[in-house]
Amino acid sequence: MALLGWYNFSFMAKRVSLFVTCIIDQLFPEVGLATADVLERLGYTVDFPEKQTCCGQPAFNTGYRQEAREIACQCIEVLRGAEYVVVPSGSCTSMITEHFEELFVKDPQWLEETHRLTPRVWEFSKFLLEVAKVEDLGARYDGVVTFHDSCHGLRALKIKEGPRRLMSHVKGLTLREMDIPEECCGFGGTFSVKFPSISCGMTRTKIDSIVRTGADAVVGVDASCLLQIRGALSRSGSPVKALHLAQILAGR
Amino acid sequence: MISAPQEKFQETLANSGLQEAIYSATGRLMEKRRNTVKAEVLPDYQELRDQASALKKHTVENLDHYLEQFEANVNAHGGKVIYCKDGAEVAEFLADLAKQKKARLLVKVKSMTTEEIDLNEHLAEQNLEIVETDLGEFIVQIAHSRPYHIVAPALNLTRYDVADLFTKTLGVPRETDPEKQCKIARGVLREKFLAADIGVSGANFLVADSGAIVTVTNEGNGRMCTTMPKVHVAIAGIEKLIPRAQDLAVFLKLLGRSATGQPLTVYTTFISGPRRAGEIDGPEEFYVVLLDGGRTRLLADREKRQSLHCIRCGACLNHCPVYRKIGGHNYPWVYSGPIGSVISPQYRGLQQDAWLPFASSLCGVCAEVCPVKIDLPKLLLDLRSDIVKAKKREGQSTLERLGFRGYAWLMRHPRLFQLAGRMGALVMRDPGQGKWLRKVPFVPNIGPLGAWTSGRDLPPMPKQSFRQQWAQRQKGAR
Repeated sequence: MALLGWYNFSFMAKRVSLFVTCIIDQLFPEVGLATADVLERLGYTVDFPEKQTCCGQPAFNTGYRQEAREIACQCIEVLRGAEYVVVPSGSCTSMITEHFEELFVKDPQWLEETHRLTPRVWEFSKFLLEVAKVEDLGARYDGVVTFHDSCHGLRALKIKEGPRRLMSHVKGLTLREMDIPEECCGFGGTFSVKFPSISCGMTRTKIDSIVRTGADAVVGVDASCLLQIRGALSRSGSPVKALHLAQILAGR
Repeated sequence: MISAPQEKFQETLANSGLQEAIYSATGRLMEKRRNTVKAEVLPDYQELRDQASALKKHTVENLDHYLEQFEANVNAHGGKVIYCKDGAEVAEFLADLAKQKKARLLVKVKSMTTEEIDLNEHLAEQNLEIVETDLGEFIVQIAHSRPYHIVAPALNLTRYDVADLFTKTLGVPRETDPEKQCKIARGVLREKFLAADIGVSGANFLVADSGAIVTVTNEGNGRMCTTMPKVHVAIAGIEKLIPRAQDLAVFLKLLGRSATGQPLTVYTTFISGPRRAGEIDGPEEFYVVLLDGGRTRLLADREKRQSLHCIRCGACLNHCPVYRKIGGHNYPWVYSGPIGSVISPQYRGLQQDAWLPFASSLCGVCAEVCPVKIDLPKLLLDLRSDIVKAKKREGQSTLERLGFRGYAWLMRHPRLFQLAGRMGALVMRDPGQGKWLRKVPFVPNIGPLGAWTSGRDLPPMPKQSFRQQWAQRQKGAR
């Protein structure tokens, strides 16, 4: 018991800063709150650096490097003092950890700042498994879900089994895999509005696969994919929900 | 700059038969590849990719050296190397050669390089007949079409389409059995092989240390073209070089598997020079035409020159969710899919293909399956940046640029960002019952908004943003 007490105490000392992403801040606050709930339950002190806005990915992915750089600087400044940064998004995490470096190749000062920041930035599910080292969060979700592997999470951050392991401990939850979990949902940032017919065509294939599973919710680690998927599900009149992993893990 | 053919995308997407044909054909190729590269059957697959990537990088960085070595070795075997800066020069060389040999008929092995330079059209202008002898390419040629896919040129056509085409163009009774269709094509082509004066092929690899060209094929047509006519001309891009014959141990293991899921293709042909004394077959003359066609321009760019590593396996096309929706003919040039989006604007100039690098969700599956590890998403991103800069110089896309300036400014002003969001929330009210909105109320849904709502609903914006709810939560906790 003494050992356990000490262990928990060492947790208490840890501080985690949330970078909730612009989409979650303005469109899906419940995902940010669920993320905070899960982390607090594990004993972390959670803070929210208020000046945060966006990681700059929309500008970067559309070719606007200078604009992306300006936003990246803002992002780095905001997160500078953080011990750990937890981001409930695979693609925003990879923007920071994989692409900030490219933005500052010719700027040693910001490059150094980037290098100081990136090892402390964690995607939510990876943070749980690799830093907090927990799998069972004591969560409950009554229903059948299917899991969408978000591209940047899957391919840049190698998030594949992690979320499934975390969900395997959720009481009442049945995971039913779709036949194409790794196929892109069609979002792709500005791609979704520059090429709407292609984007929607890709989503059609995805939601057909989701619906075939008979699941009542599709779960993911990226709110932007979920925006696309739920947007198309809603348009097709489907009641299938789109939930962030944090919402599942925060459930009691 | 030329903009994207959005109506043509819609047309392709609305054609359910074509959608099914593309999706299932590429799906089969994906599955076949997966089965031949999985760890149980090819445990060193990832190491092979690393080696292939390193070999290509080394070759491209030392191209001058290997080109000279290759040329010297071809000459030593009695062949001849011709350097051409573009397709017109290739056609001119072939036309002159045909004149000199009094040739009328040329037979051709499947080759994307010759597609790239519109060789058939060029030669037709010179009143020369050039016949495609690969079954897929033969179909494409008699349909007066162009390849739908770099490996499977007639991927978009069903056997029923082929039956109709054969009846119409060859005057044969309708035949829907693929094997019998193949026999019909063979009957036509056999005549051509026997009568042909010149055989034209591409090359999958140019081996510097042995002066050999290597072709990988699945139909007997390849060897018919390169052995029966008196003259064989191989046409290849300069990037097809590899340093040593032993490097083929790496590349041949990867190419067939990545392309069609074959550990090796049916024929792997090594050709070094014309027929020698005592040999019973082979051409009397052997030429290798090395094409630049925009390639040397890429050499100058340290990052983008990895585009030249491509071995044209087509795996990125098969896996690309965009290719799988729009197919091959909506790409502006013969190279489609992710590699097409990367090389077309670089070979032909950014102007012509400015929309191409943007037509990707950047899902990254292409890089995951590329046997030579070309970082395609990175190249797409770099090209996007180049195109945005070029448009800025030319004063184009002003509205979009202003939009991104505004967005960047807003994101550096958190309070105003918050305010903007809250104003949005006044409009994007929750209709209740978990319902989403079909369009944004009170404003015209045009531009990006209209594009989004053309096929997707939008979430209502919550009464309070995360940061507002968080502030309250913290107050409550205290």
